[in-house]
Amino acid sequence: MIDTVHAVQTPEGVDLALRVAGPVPRALAFGVDLLLQGGIAIALQIALSAFAGFGVGLYLIALFSLLWFYPVLFEVRAHGQTPGKRMLGLRVVQENGTPVGWSASALRNFLLVADFLPLFYLAGLIAMVADPSFRRLGDLAAGTLVIYADAPRPHVSRIPDVTPVPPPLALTLDEQAAVIAFAERAGSVSPERAAELAAIPLSLVGADEPRATLVAQAAYLVGRGR
Amino acid sequence: MRLEAFEAQGRARWTRIAQLLAAFERGESANAAELPALYRQLCHDLALARDRQLSGALVAELNELALAGHRLLYQARTGEIRGLGAFLTRDFPRAVRSELPLVAGLHALFYGLALALALLAWLHPDLIYSFIPQEQVSEIEQMYVASDAPVHEPRDASADATMFGYYIWNNVSIAFRTFASGLAFGVGTLVSVVLNALQLGLISSHLAREGAAEPFFSFVIGHGSFELTAILLAGVAGMRLGLALLAPGPRSRVAALRAAALSSLPIIAGAGLMLVIAAGIEAFWSPRLVPAQWKYAVGAALWLLVALWLGLAGRARAD
Repeated sequence: MIDTVHAVQTPEGVDLALRVAGPVPRALAFGVDLLLQGGIAIALQIALSAFAGFGVGLYLIALFSLLWFYPVLFEVRAHGQTPGKRMLGLRVVQENGTPVGWSASALRNFLLVADFLPLFYLAGLIAMVADPSFRRLGDLAAGTLVIYADAPRPHVSRIPDVTPVPPPLALTLDEQAAVIAFAERAGSVSPERAAELAAIPLSLVGADEPRATLVAQAAYLVGRGR
Repeated sequence: MRLEAFEAQGRARWTRIAQLLAAFERGESANAAELPALYRQLCHDLALARDRQLSGALVAELNELALAGHRLLYQARTGEIRGLGAFLTRDFPRAVRSELPLVAGLHALFYGLALALALLAWLHPDLIYSFIPQEQVSEIEQMYVASDAPVHEPRDASADATMFGYYIWNNVSIAFRTFASGLAFGVGTLVSVVLNALQLGLISSHLAREGAAEPFFSFVIGHGSFELTAILLAGVAGMRLGLALLAPGPRSRVAALRAAALSSLPIIAGAGLMLVIAAGIEAFWSPRLVPAQWKYAVGAALWLLVALWLGLAGRARAD
């Protein structure tokens, strides 16, 4: 299956799924950070211009830190998120899902220069597209991933309150999962499409009211009425 | 067990661990003793939910929770740079010595090329114009040759501070770029080292012919020890990356690159620190109007210091 999931096996023996982020959200996050860095640089320039020679020296040192250490500082200190990544809901982690440390973060950000080669981040883009986990050269060298950082949302059953009906046939686990998934998501598609989808397993639902029948069977499968 | 019964049974635990994880994420103190057991149970629940294909949305929720727990419980800060003192007196010199062939090779390439070009330019004075534009040559001449050149004028403290910032901004950025461009199979790094050698050889030879050997060499000898060595060490770190891609040995290229990147990190970090020191010398000592003999003496002492530091510091005790 083609998927953008990077599986990590934990010591507890379960596979955790990391959803890796592709070039577009990452480029957007980079753009936001660039704007922010530019803004800070301009603010510093205005603030420090009051102090002639010393101000220029300080400004150049600040510019240097802003260019090279802004992403490192945020990635290590702010749960793998620069302000741009936070805005786009991304997070930098090690390949095993744990937080990035100073060395990994410094490596991936210093090597951004190599990703820029030969121009406009072409090398980085090629590496990202070629790698199943969207890693640019800096990520490959540092062993890091950029993933979607979703806060866990409590699962709320969206199967409506209907009288449960047992399915007329014995269903495999896959089939049961499909029926439950349909009932949970039927509300988010148009009624016509939902009816069309529900009519596919004809032997299961019969010709009249396929949607209502399938939802009732799902209610049975999740354990209601028993 | 059916989905809803499973959820009814687990919901209280999942809410509790979500609260704990959120508290730790925000940096608040919470009951840490509760966490491991809850986390193990959560992993168990996730495995069950996934195996029984209970509900995609529920599996996604448990997966995100388990990821947050995994991040918290298994975070490891290995291979980190320990305090600055230990880094400078032990880890950095050791890392440099572990790359001795590369260090020696790049030094030979750089100084050999610079010397060869200096000799060539001495014999063929026009050679410099083939590599460096005329305007830039006359700019450099103005800095050192004329009797009213800036090297003969006292400079005020605020100009020193400006130059200090400029040298950090410019030189450390160059070192980091030299390092990163090594990822292009070492070519970027080599080009950078060769271009630097070219400039040094041609310019010093040209200034010597123009009779400005003393102002030039007495100016550069002080910070040259830290600056040139650091640029070459950045080159060593970059070549380490390039060589890992060219000759990965028994590993895959990605695995070789990863090992090389980790081992070259202390070298590039140390090179960056050396360049900050060099910027201090170049901004605050090199432009001082003291007799050239003093400049040469201090410069020689600094070269010796760099050689002894990188050559000897951090050796294991022989006992």
